[in-house]
Formats: sequence, C-alpha cells, structure tokens
Amino acid sequence: MKFDTPATTNPIDRMTVVGRPTPRIDGKYKTTGTAPYAYERHDVNADPAYGYMLGAAIAKGTIRSIDTSEAEAAPGVRAIVTYKNSGPIAVGRFNTAKLLGGPEIEHYHQAVAIVVADTFEQARAAARLIRVDYARAEGQYDLAQAKASATMPKGNADVQHGDFATAYAAAPVTLDETYTTPDQSHAMMEPMASTAVWDGDELILYTSNQMIDWGRGDVAKTLGIPKEKVRLVSPYIGGGFGGKLFVRAEAILAALGSRAAKRPVKIALARPEIFNNTTHRPATIQRIRIGATKDGKITATAHEAWSGNLPGGDPEGATSQSKLFYAGANRSIAERLATLDLPEGNAMRAPGEAAGLMALEIAMDEMAEKLGMDPVEFRAINDTQVDPMKPERPFSQRHFVECLRTGAAKFGWSRRNARPGAVRDGQWLTGLGMAGAFRNNIVLDSGARVRLDRAGRAIVETDMTDIGTGSYTIIAQTAAEMLGLPLDQVDVRLGDSAFPVSAGSGGQFGANCSTAGVYAACVKLREAIAAKAGLDPAAAEFADGHVAVGNRKVPLAGLADAGDLIGEDTIEFGDLDKRYQQSTFGAHFVEVGVNAFTGEARIRRMLAVCDAGRILNPVSARSQVIGAMTMGAGAALTEELVVDKRFGFFANHDLAQYEVMVHADIPHQEVIFLDGADPISSPMKAKGVGELGICGIAAAVANAIYNATGVRVRDYPITLDKYLDRLPVA
Amino acid sequence: MRPFTYERAASPAAAAKAAAATPGAKFIAGGTNLLDLMKLEIEAPAHLIDVNGLKLDTIEETDEGGLRIGALVRNTDLAADRRVRRDYGVLTRAIVAGASGQLRNKATTGGNLMQRTRCPYFYDPNMPCNKRKPGSGCAAIQGFSRSLAVIGGSEACIATYPGDMAVAMRVLDAGVETVKPDGETRTIPIADFHRLPGDTPDVETALDPGELITAVTLPKPVGGAHFYHKVRDRASYAFALVSVAAIVQKDGSGRVAFGGVAPKPWRVEAAEAGMSQGAKAVTAQAFADANPTRENRFKLPLAERTLDAVLAQARA
Repeated sequence: MKFDTPATTNPIDRMTVVGRPTPRIDGKYKTTGTAPYAYERHDVNADPAYGYMLGAAIAKGTIRSIDTSEAEAAPGVRAIVTYKNSGPIAVGRFNTAKLLGGPEIEHYHQAVAIVVADTFEQARAAARLIRVDYARAEGQYDLAQAKASATMPKGNADVQHGDFATAYAAAPVTLDETYTTPDQSHAMMEPMASTAVWDGDELILYTSNQMIDWGRGDVAKTLGIPKEKVRLVSPYIGGGFGGKLFVRAEAILAALGSRAAKRPVKIALARPEIFNNTTHRPATIQRIRIGATKDGKITATAHEAWSGNLPGGDPEGATSQSKLFYAGANRSIAERLATLDLPEGNAMRAPGEAAGLMALEIAMDEMAEKLGMDPVEFRAINDTQVDPMKPERPFSQRHFVECLRTGAAKFGWSRRNARPGAVRDGQWLTGLGMAGAFRNNIVLDSGARVRLDRAGRAIVETDMTDIGTGSYTIIAQTAAEMLGLPLDQVDVRLGDSAFPVSAGSGGQFGANCSTAGVYAACVKLREAIAAKAGLDPAAAEFADGHVAVGNRKVPLAGLADAGDLIGEDTIEFGDLDKRYQQSTFGAHFVEVGVNAFTGEARIRRMLAVCDAGRILNPVSARSQVIGAMTMGAGAALTEELVVDKRFGFFANHDLAQYEVMVHADIPHQEVIFLDGADPISSPMKAKGVGELGICGIAAAVANAIYNATGVRVRDYPITLDKYLDRLPVA
Repeated sequence: MRPFTYERAASPAAAAKAAAATPGAKFIAGGTNLLDLMKLEIEAPAHLIDVNGLKLDTIEETDEGGLRIGALVRNTDLAADRRVRRDYGVLTRAIVAGASGQLRNKATTGGNLMQRTRCPYFYDPNMPCNKRKPGSGCAAIQGFSRSLAVIGGSEACIATYPGDMAVAMRVLDAGVETVKPDGETRTIPIADFHRLPGDTPDVETALDPGELITAVTLPKPVGGAHFYHKVRDRASYAFALVSVAAIVQKDGSGRVAFGGVAPKPWRVEAAEAGMSQGAKAVTAQAFADANPTRENRFKLPLAERTLDAVLAQARA
C-alpha cells in the first residue's frame, strides 16, 4: 500500500480497540517466565554449549601473540575461536569496528576470542587462561583535546540560513554558552545475548535484536555467507534503547563458536563487558548562541556540536532539533566529528535530540532569564507552525504551545518563584524547572502478513520486534480493529526473519510504522474475506466477528475452512515527510529539592505533556514516556561513562558504578497526552512517542536545580561536586 | 570462577583451624561481596569454609550493659533489633542506608566488616592495582578517583572502605571478637580493625591468617541523638561520597566518624572536642592530613557541610 496522500476516514477511526488503555498481551508470559528470551531457548535447544567472550585488555594496538593452549586444555572446553581461526570477518553495514578483533585492536573490550565449553563456568574460567600479548599504541581519548582536529562529517553539511552573524551582533539580548554531555550507556536489563544453531550451511540465530532485517544482512555480511542462509529469531527483547539496533559481537561469536564446536552455542555478555564492548551515546561539546529582541523574539540561533567516534563512525547529531524547534530568521548550524579511539559510538534513545536538547533547553532557560520572561512564555512566543528555514513546508501538526500551557496549568507553574534560591523546605532548597520536548517522526516502510484461520482467529506475522515497548499489543489492537475481532481472537508473532520485513524498533518509528504495515495487510485480508463471503469488498464492514454488507452478515469463523485466508502487504511511505515536517512535541515540568548543606539533588515530581498524534494504547505509551523521563533524569543527575584518558576506556563499567535512576529517585510522574490524530503520518494517524519523553527532560531537571539554588551547571551530569562551592550559605 | 573445594565448619575454632591449614581458604557467610569477586577472579579461593551454620546469629546483652552481636546476624535483623533501634540508632540508620533489602537479608555482621573496596581499578583485572595484584601499581591515583580516599591513603593505594555499618560501629567504639586457629580468642577495637594501606594495601584488616570474626560488641549506650547522613549521587543503592555517623549530646558535645573518605571508617577523637563549636572546628582537625586528588577534593567541603547538616538537625 502506497501512503502518499493524507489519510481519510478509515476503520481505525472507530477506536473501539485501538486507543483503548490495554494491558500488554505478552505480560502474562513475561511475568510467568514463559516468554523465551535469546539466552533461554531451551525449548529449541535442550543442550547448548556455553560461550564466553574474552575482551581486549587495551584500547588501541595489535595482538603480538595469542596463546590458547592452556585454555584449550581446560576442563570442558570444546572450541576456541580467535582471529587466527575464524576465517575472514567483515565489518557489517551498520557496524564501525569489527565484532571480532585481531590482530588489530580498535577499542577496549573489543572481542578477541570466544571460548566454548560444556558449562558457563568452564567457559569463563578457560577464557581467563588465554594469554594475549598486546602491543599498545597511542590513541586519542579526549574529546576536548580532539575538538580542534574535528571535521565536518559526511551528510552533515553546515546550515547557514539568513545572516546569523549580523543578526546576532545586532540583537539587544544575547547568549553565548558552551554545554557538555557525557558518554552514556543504554544499560538495558537484558544483556546482549544469542544462541546459534547451524543446520548445514544455514544459521539460525536466536538473538536479542531490534532490527531483524538489518541484523540478518549484517550477520551474513560479517560472516561472508548469503543472507538467505541466515535466520534471525528475536521474539522477546529485554530492552534495547538503540544498543540492539545492530548486530553485536555476541551474535557473531555464537555463530563462530557453534560452527567450531559443531554444537548449538549460547552466549550472553557479562555486565562489566557491555559498557566498552558495545555501543554508547557519544559525548558532546555544544556551543549555543541565541540573539533575541527585547520582547523575546529570537532573531539569531547558532548551534555547533562536537562529538567523536572511531574512524568511519557517525557524529551524535546534537544540532538536529535546532533546525526546526523554534522560530527565527537567521540560523547557523554546524556538526563536527573528531576521531576518538574509544568504543564505538552509536544510537541511544533519541540520538541527536536527547543530547541536543540537554543543551538547547538550558540555553532557552538562560535566555528567558536574561529577557526577564517566563520560560514558558519565551518558548510560546517563539513557536513556529512551519519549517523555519522553508516556510512553505508546514509541520503536519504542531501543538507545542498547547503542551506548554496545559503543563503549566496542571503543574502549578504559576506558583514558581522566578528568583532563584528563594524557596526553602527545611534543609532543602526547592525549585521548579521546565523544558520543551521535540523529536522527529520518522517513517519507514513496514510489511506484515495477516491470516484468518478456520476458527475465525487472526494471526499476524511480521519481523517487527517488541523491545518492551508494547508492539505485540498495539499490533493486536490494530488487527482486531481492522477485522472486527475481539483482542483475544488475535495472535501476534514477531521478531522472525521468516516473516515479512517491518520497520523494526528504533527512532520511535516502530509503533506507527509497524501498525501501518499491519493495517495495509489487513486491508488485503479484508478484501479476501469479503470475496470469500461473496460480499462487495468496497462495502463490507467488519464488526463483532462478522463481515457484513447491509443485512447480509457472515461470521468469520468457518470462512477459512478450506485453508487460511491471507493478506500480506507493505506500507510504503511516499513524500509526505518531505512535503510536511513531521515531528512530535512535548513539555516537561520538574520540581526538585537540593539539600542546602550537602547539595544532594532529588527530584520531587515530574510531568510531561505530549503531542504525538493518535495514541494507540495509552497504557503502553505512558510506560514509554515515564521510562524515557526516568532515563532522562539519569542523564541529568548521574549517568556518565567516565573516560580514563590514559588507558582509553570507560572506567565505571558496571551497574554499581554507572548509576541509573532507582525507584527512590523517581517519586512521582505524570503524563498527559493531547488528543490528536495526524492523518499525514500514516493511516494509523499515530506518531512516535517512545523517545519523545527523554527529549528535554534532563534540561528541565537542570533548570529546576538552577531555580532552587541559583547555580547554573552546564556540564552533565549535574553532580554535587560541580556546584557545592557555589551553593548559597546554608 | 575457578574450581574450589568447600566445607561446612563445625565450630568457630574448627573453622579457624581449617582456614589456617588450607592454603587459599576463605570463609563464606552471606557471600554478597565474595561471590561477585570470585566471578571476576579478583578472589580465587581454593577452598571455601561455610560458617553459616555456626549459630553466631544472636544478639545478647552483655554484663557491661552493652550488646554482643553474633557475626552471623544478618544486616536486616541487626537494623531491626529493638535494643539497637532504641540505644544505638546510628547503627540502624547506617545499615539501612546501605545496599538493598535483598542484600541486607543475606549480608552478615562479620562479612560486612570484610567488604572490599569498590575502586573501579580494583574491579578491572586488566588494570594495575596494588591491592588486587601487589606491586602492579595504582591506576586510580592519576585516574578516575572521584569516589576514592582523601585521607589515610598512600602512594600505593587510595581505595576507600565502602561500608556503612562499620562507620556507625566506629562511632560506637565497638569491639570485634575473634577466634584464632589455635583457639585463642581476642577482641580487636574497631579503631584498629581496618588497616591503612601503607605499602601493603592487600592487607586490609588486623586479622591473622585463619582468624575468624565471631561477634561485634557494643559498649553500654551513651545516649544522645543519633544520626547517619549518607551523601550519594542517587537516592538509594549507591556507595557514599561522604557519610557522617554522629552522636550529639544535649550540651553539643559528641562523637563523629566519616565514611567514604578513607580506607577505613575515619574518626579522629581529638577533633571531637570541637563539636560544640560547629562542623568546621571538627573537620579542620579530622582532615588536617588530607591528600585529595583533583577529582575528589570536593569531599573535604562536603564532609564539613554534611556534619554541619547533622549538627543543624541536632539543634533543631
């Protein structure tokens, strides 16, 4: 199905199943331990061997020699694979560094070997008996130092719109500040995990991957085998956040180890290996300049961002929102990329915007203060309903100001004391802060197959994944709505490369695109059902388990007695995302307390108001937003991969030292979704929401800390050592 | 994890004797720290002596009016004990400020005293660490040292003692009762139990080889208001940047020990004379010999400010 004109009225608009708060249909499997995850596929492999990865002990250099003899002789060991016996290992299309290193080492904890043994403990103990002699090379690990050598990355041309320099020089109120965001880790609950099974020259990989078709292609490319010989199966994923968009080392190691051991092999990365072996959100340095008139109209915006990556890697993209979020005639945007020899940087939840808004939305707060304006008001008067650099190109929908106003009213923003450091609660200084949220809505083609069986049940098959987001449920809701079936008459099968290729899970595009693909397949199936029932497909209505035209009503059960009726299609998006700017918007409000003595900063309550088109399932959408807010609170207060600039690695590489938020940090959260259906985004009229919640929230926390204390911290995370000496006298 | 042998000890003295007789033996109680370290092969004991069955799990009143806490009393039970809550509030508060409910259910009184540092370089076997591998050097002093010691360290090691319970015990003048392999028993004052690193940071306590902790004694209650203020980056389940265990009497006098700042619970009794003059008078003396890194220098003003917060609460 081509989608190249805005949607008109369609069966989804009935909203009898779609849009209803619906507990996730896979919840019972997860809570009873019966959802099979990649490391637990005992249902298909009763007796796998265990793999254990050995990671490189240096950040950059070469392996002079590698001696596996002692490890090979260790109890239970079945195979050891290193670069010496792996055969050629290519770099996947979506990878930057090799997934099995050697003799060249590109980053710390890059895989250098897999040990396969009868038990996990044997494999682990043997891995530590491998003797590797490294020749350490000098590397660049310091972004601030590498900044001067950074260059313009491919595909990120500088943007010059109007005349920034002149407008900025003429502006009566200006800001010129630099902000930094650190490297961050996805820290998802389920580690990277795979079980590999070879059947002749065909590889089945039970894995944990967000993007099945990308992954299938990259496993094939990395191993040098045809894509058709690879099957990926990933029905349940314990969190990804972008860390599992791409094939990672454990998948390749499982395949190599299994081939060598001639047995199914399963392997999961140990937690301390994940931080340096896998990808992370790269650190940024961001300089922002804003000029405005005295009444608060922005006239000049410049956003420059520096990040680093391995050669061939991408920049973080922290300037992306600054092209679109606020009005203003003169704009200068520049992205710069330095070469760093740290582990590979790549996508993490809302890549670009999450880091960019951490800076921009503090800058907006600072500007509002310079102008003597309320920060809500300052943002509202700089709203734009069109692409600021292409005014002929409107936003498909944009209710940002409504988000701001609704949030301000609900949160009690009017009670905020604009004078910082003025409100006390016992030993605590309290403050309110807010920030805008912005994240683009990406559309990617997505396919599905829907079958009607003889019992009248619908079975949906697509390689779409559910990374904890609720894909199973919204896909079931979509099929149920389209076919007029109750939710429990729909089975959803996901995450298998044997199924039609979907958009996958990433960039908050999964929900809208994958359900649109199911919509398209259901349209086909409806035609097949109507034809089978002898009804006019154009007039047929589907409700209560029946298909009907006028008074003629045929039950779906029994229609497929002679074999399943099948609808298969792919939603193909035209150029509506070029003719219109499709984005999602929100407003975050936060109250914090900062201990006047010790500087401990604690969040007291948070509110997000979201404008993201039709909300397919308010329950799972809310979970997405509060999860993202929690992650953003971590970005504000604690999360930082600490770079050891001598050894070139992230030193705090476990969950005791890389601190994510815990329950006690998040006492109260609220989410409001504005009503809306965006007919330009898809037939579902939905947009992404899974990443919107992390956009802007960290700045809202930062701004609340400023309001509480009068101390502005521009380097994340905002830990007390950065402001203790500037706190007001307790 | 390397293969190891295992036995259940029949008595404290037998456990100590077995430990001395078996090279590479370690005691295991709750295992909340030891097992993690074994998975990383930072600890690789050849033999484990399980002391969980030794009936050292009761809290008794002593003739002196104090308490004797069996070495196997779980953190959860110790924190919840009515007598502890009433007379030694600082101890309850310190314990519940540490770890998680699940870990406190497993962790024991004796084991908690033996908790090893959380220095990031101690935890990464690829890195030099004089504590993990004597003579290999210290990666922390010039490295990521934000959480490490500002006082009491040496050129060989600036690891911090990470626990909370022992900081409260230090302010309570606890004693650590032990049995040696030859059956001899002794009481080590908590002040002497943890050692400063000097040039042997791998030696962390005053225990002789094979010596087993059997109990911790608390002297009779000293009254006063009890505080444990643990400052950390997140609200729960994190190690202290700085913690303050304090007992403040009505006249403003009192005692204070600091956690998160040194290789052992840090208490300078002479500095306590300044308690009634305010935090600065205490910390200026208690931290007079501090030698912080650029990254952890903030702990010095933080220690003063945290004590100030406690004293303000005591006055309120």
